[in-house]
Amino acid sequence: MKMITIKRLFIMLFVLLFIVGCSSPTASKDTQGKTNHSEQNQEKSSNEGGVVRIAMSTEIDNLDPYLSAATDTGSMMDNVFDGLLDTDENGKLVPAIAEKYAISDDGRTYTFYLKEGVMFHDGSELTADDVVYSYAKLGGLNGGEPLSSRFEIVEKVEAKSPLEVVVTLKEVDSAFLARNIVAIVPKDYEEQSSKPIGAGPFKFEEYKVGQELRLSKNENYYDKENTPKIDEVQFKIMPDPESSILAMQAGEIDILPGISKQGLDQLGDTVHSISGPQNMVQLMAMNNSVKPFDDVRVRQAINLAINKDVIIDTVADGMGTKLGTNMSPAMQFYYEPGLEDRYEQNIEKAKELLDEAGLASGFTMELTVPSDYQFHVDTAQVIADQLSQINIQTEIKQIEFSSWLENVYNNAQYETTIIGFTGKLDPYEVLVRYVSDYGKNFMKFQDERYDELIKEAVRETDETKKAALYKKAQTILTDEAAALFIMDPDRTTAMRNGVNGLKLFPIQKFNLEDVTVTK
Amino acid sequence: MKKHNIFKSIPLIIGVSFVTVLTIMMLVSLFYTPYSPNAMDPSDRLAQPSFTHLFGTDNFGRDIFSRVMQGSQTAFLIGFSAVSIGLFFGFLIGACAGYFGGWIDELSMRIIDAMMALPGILFAIMLISVFETGIRNTIIALGIMSIPSFARIVRSGFIQVKQFDFVKASIAKGAGSFRIIFQHILPNVTSPILVAVTLSFSGSVLAEAGLSYLGLGVQPPDPSWGRMLKEAQPFMSTAPWYVILTGLFITFMVLGFNLLSDGIRDLQDKKS
Repeated sequence: MKMITIKRLFIMLFVLLFIVGCSSPTASKDTQGKTNHSEQNQEKSSNEGGVVRIAMSTEIDNLDPYLSAATDTGSMMDNVFDGLLDTDENGKLVPAIAEKYAISDDGRTYTFYLKEGVMFHDGSELTADDVVYSYAKLGGLNGGEPLSSRFEIVEKVEAKSPLEVVVTLKEVDSAFLARNIVAIVPKDYEEQSSKPIGAGPFKFEEYKVGQELRLSKNENYYDKENTPKIDEVQFKIMPDPESSILAMQAGEIDILPGISKQGLDQLGDTVHSISGPQNMVQLMAMNNSVKPFDDVRVRQAINLAINKDVIIDTVADGMGTKLGTNMSPAMQFYYEPGLEDRYEQNIEKAKELLDEAGLASGFTMELTVPSDYQFHVDTAQVIADQLSQINIQTEIKQIEFSSWLENVYNNAQYETTIIGFTGKLDPYEVLVRYVSDYGKNFMKFQDERYDELIKEAVRETDETKKAALYKKAQTILTDEAAALFIMDPDRTTAMRNGVNGLKLFPIQKFNLEDVTVTK
Repeated sequence: MKKHNIFKSIPLIIGVSFVTVLTIMMLVSLFYTPYSPNAMDPSDRLAQPSFTHLFGTDNFGRDIFSRVMQGSQTAFLIGFSAVSIGLFFGFLIGACAGYFGGWIDELSMRIIDAMMALPGILFAIMLISVFETGIRNTIIALGIMSIPSFARIVRSGFIQVKQFDFVKASIAKGAGSFRIIFQHILPNVTSPILVAVTLSFSGSVLAEAGLSYLGLGVQPPDPSWGRMLKEAQPFMSTAPWYVILTGLFITFMVLGFNLLSDGIRDLQDKKS
């Protein structure tokens, strides 16, 4: 009996020591000092090989670029695949596989002229036939299911010559051009899911499920100026943010995307970082089709009760940009400024609005949050606290992200929820979410004027007029309080000293071809 | 032997004092906490322990001491309810199996074996993901989880006591099964049950902390020690007191009940 007690005591002590050991700042400084040496050793070895190791928090969902839906997977595999066009840091489209393009006067026909001598990783040449194959597959033109709803607009795609592709659309769609950053795959190659082949700056080497994805330099990359400087990239799958910070501290990781301010403080001056808006819209969506959120006054009252600055300060450590509509200022050209200050916190006014709506005594609402995202869970707690001031009781319900996709995103079975919409290059993709008959409009926002504006904008080919229409649409979202738009959280990427060249893009993407390892 | 003094059992003393202190804290928190446990003060985030905030504040500027106090309610509630469920069903199954024997014994013990083959925490995670997260389902899951150990202990106690002469005598006198189980056998198996209760209590508290740490137990913003530990994790280097203090309380609770159960067992070993 005594033995068991002693054993148990030891276990408890061990747990306790573990907690203390992990958390004591002096202890971590010690290890930091020690690891600096081993880091230097590693630097030498990684310098010769030119290897960059990047921590990624989510597992790869599919190596096939057409079957993958996860943003993180896309940002990793983007290095293996190139599209006809690409984007620069400002969201401007730049040539990639296509040297130039022309749009017909009626706006329905796009002609792409491909660069000469573009090679796939298997050594075959990329021609117009591969582009036709890729687009036909995406748009379901060969009788199959369309793999991407965004390519359903394509009526036909033809190869005029080995280096000339003509894409015809069913109707004018000004958002189509930005979709041409999609991966081009070799014709009739069926093993993308196990051994992906593209024409990008890096070649696929190996993928160990749940562990790492290895890419190597593509020596024959067509864009000579942008041939990678490093030899190899290793994406390490590390779901736990704490352990990836510790790994970076121990010199096992060179680049850590999406690091928190706490993590950055912990790493101190062993790293440098880039940080900025990531073109995301974090919002609390309210199901506009259920009571009491079908009443615009209730939605406005909720907007008036929330102090977004407090959320930014507490949840994002001040690293975020306040939003007032479903668009981030990162989309400079299309963003309507000023909307973020439309609903300043005003408890009195919020109460009045609830009173008018007949809900002066308040109500209880269910707030569904995907438990995988601590950021959203934390936001939910602040919102719950602030809404209690206008007698709204919030029941937070955490669910798995997969159930969230099923219940909330696909079937709109919820009252309110918190989520972040990741950035897109074209404002249409961002704003179409609120169009009445859009399949994934889980906010159930209905507004005829809005639908009209979006329809008009997508047909508009003049950039300035298009922007004006999108700005008007954003104003409607704010006026109608379609949701509680919270912030665009900054994305911070930490790099080990000596690793340079990474830039921020309006979509999640790593420009690894520009990365250098020195020292 | 009779002179044995309970004050000489060190584990018991420590156990009783831990449990007493925690119980008092829980009772006090029912009426009074220094601050409202869920009140946020964004201007005073991650404050160090001081006289205004005894344990400092968390990342939302909530008073950690108040939350620890409030969290003890959750711990006691979960421990108490889960043990009650486990004890009730475990006793029923164990008593029937041990008293009647035969195929009832075989059948119920094989079911219990099957339940024991599944690691308890996995079983709880499965139950919670099939149904919904929340305090009620956590209690049910942990309750079911603790049934097998109770059933086993009660059964072996019953098999032992069943063979004593006084039981045989009352059977001969024609007493009903119900009467024999509750009036004659039960009083003789209370001490092993008591040990199991305290052990299972600490087990449930630990399991709840684990589940809440995984986001499956008690839902925010209501404080639970396990979830507080999780929320404290990102601030380990900037606000170490948060994670240490919360971890300490989980340790005190579990250690307290474990020592209590060891103490009781020592006492009863010496008695017999």
